[in-house]
Amino acid sequence: MTAVFRHELRGNFHSLTTYLFGGCLLAFIGLWAMMYNLQAAVSNFEFVLANSCLAFVVIVPILTMRTVAEERRQRTDQLLYSLPITTVQVVLGKYLALLAVYAVPLCVIAIYPLIFAQFGEVYLPTSYGSLFAFFLLGCALLAAGMFLSSLTENQGFAAGISIAAILLNYYSVSLSEYVSSTSLGSAVTLYVLIILLGLLIKYVTRNENLAWGIGFVLLAITLIAYWLNSAAFEGLLPRIMTQLSLFERFYVFVNGVFDWTAVVYYASVIAFFLFLTVQSMEKRRYN
Amino acid sequence: MIEIEHLTKRYGAVTAVSDLSLTIDSGQIYGFLGPNGAGKSTTMNIMTGCLSATAGKVHIGGYDIFEEPRQAKKLIGYLPEQPPLYLNESPREYLRFVGEAKGLRGEALGVQMDAVMEQTGITAMANRRIAALSKGYRQRLGIAQALLGDPQVVVLDEPTVGLDPIQIIEIRDLIRDLGRSHTVIFSSHILSEVQTVCDQIIMIAHGKLAAFDTPENLERKLLTPSEIALTALAEPGQVERLLSAVPDISGVELRGEEDGRTAVLVHVSGQDIDLVCKDIFLAFAGANTVLLELTPKKASLEEVFLELSDPAAPEETEREEDAR
Repeated sequence: MTAVFRHELRGNFHSLTTYLFGGCLLAFIGLWAMMYNLQAAVSNFEFVLANSCLAFVVIVPILTMRTVAEERRQRTDQLLYSLPITTVQVVLGKYLALLAVYAVPLCVIAIYPLIFAQFGEVYLPTSYGSLFAFFLLGCALLAAGMFLSSLTENQGFAAGISIAAILLNYYSVSLSEYVSSTSLGSAVTLYVLIILLGLLIKYVTRNENLAWGIGFVLLAITLIAYWLNSAAFEGLLPRIMTQLSLFERFYVFVNGVFDWTAVVYYASVIAFFLFLTVQSMEKRRYN
Repeated sequence: MIEIEHLTKRYGAVTAVSDLSLTIDSGQIYGFLGPNGAGKSTTMNIMTGCLSATAGKVHIGGYDIFEEPRQAKKLIGYLPEQPPLYLNESPREYLRFVGEAKGLRGEALGVQMDAVMEQTGITAMANRRIAALSKGYRQRLGIAQALLGDPQVVVLDEPTVGLDPIQIIEIRDLIRDLGRSHTVIFSSHILSEVQTVCDQIIMIAHGKLAAFDTPENLERKLLTPSEIALTALAEPGQVERLLSAVPDISGVELRGEEDGRTAVLVHVSGQDIDLVCKDIFLAFAGANTVLLELTPKKASLEEVFLELSDPAAPEETEREEDAR
């Protein structure tokens, strides 16, 4: 794993996109810090982070698009498969290298609250709590971006679907107000989602029985639950969309609450997408 | 060293490798021969752990490649058909990564890197960008990568494809050189290459083992000579008259006539070509006619290859016996 990590890190720092990523992140946060903290003289640094979240839509794909897709395009994935290291080590090494790259601009940003504290009253626990959550949010999005990069050998395509996915997640709470909140609407949407999940499992694992099995069981559970208590489906879809929003969890920190469930939530999302990335890479071996 | 048992690989409905079994001993150069799409690359990819098998087993030095991939892969160095190189790096950086991934550290890594670069002749290019290297050097770097970690087996998938004639000769020499200290398995669809470099030939066609033997044995076993080149100091008419008296001759083809010499190609129908040669010699000697040349013509491996890889060719029992 250390070999992959060091190799990726070196590769990242040789690549222009990494500097573009760092530059964009610093520029975004710098801009908001100037507007909020300097011009408007607000002492809350967490608001700066909250507003800078949208930057992830652009910067995460910049960093993740090449991670796995480029290996496929250059056929260097064959080398990774033939080396005496496991796919888990490869994926972890790559992911940790991404995190290291992400941590560098954050270290610079971490100085800002301290600087502002010299000139006024800054409540540091909320600032650093939010910064920590900001880091976790980025980590989760990077894991998702890496998974999307592992689905294709086209960097542009990887970037495109990453932008779409993050944007959708960013606006999922706003969008949830427009989707059907009736119980029937929720049930139908759940059915569609379950079928999509089944297709995803089939695509990633190439195991048709597993995909059919999981899909069928979930569909049956949903059907029985709907039949038993259709009132529970009232407003379910908007609730799910809110729950799935990675950004919504972050705003809790901005409001001054250190939410451990959110930390666990982010960790689960990261583990989930790393697992999917490993499966997606393993699938190439089993095609 | 390598045992492949009943290996089968299917891509959907297409069977790339079908019930392939063979045993590869250490310390020799094996040529993996077959037309494009015969299943060479698939077999090599499975052998090196890059691809799963639909059925069957592969053991490298006693380790199952699917069950104990880490130990098995440490014994193998692999150069895929397209050298897996990071174009933005220098050969030195690239080899450092591969060496580290193979578990080498510190001084041992440096020593091995220098050794493989020396062996493959890329020391002078060590700090250039790989993207700026020629195809020949990239191929060498690919081989250097495979040699890191001192594996017992080196597997090279079509290492000479796309190189110019000088580079091809250099790579062949390198393979011969490697054969002294490693078991080398390399694939090719060029016969002469395999014939000149290998100790053993593994021929596969349509995902099945077609033959497995030394180049000489393959020629001897699979195609017995059936033609004799003959040149005599006589008129064509006399040559034909003398040959007509010899049994087991199915036809005579006039090849040339010059300064009273006649060259013909004799087609033999019998099994024992030496006997036919003897009969021809005695017939000409009896008529006091001078024979300048009498050569049983050996079929080239090329013909064996074409015969074996022809889908319409009938299965021969002899071939089955050769397929160990």
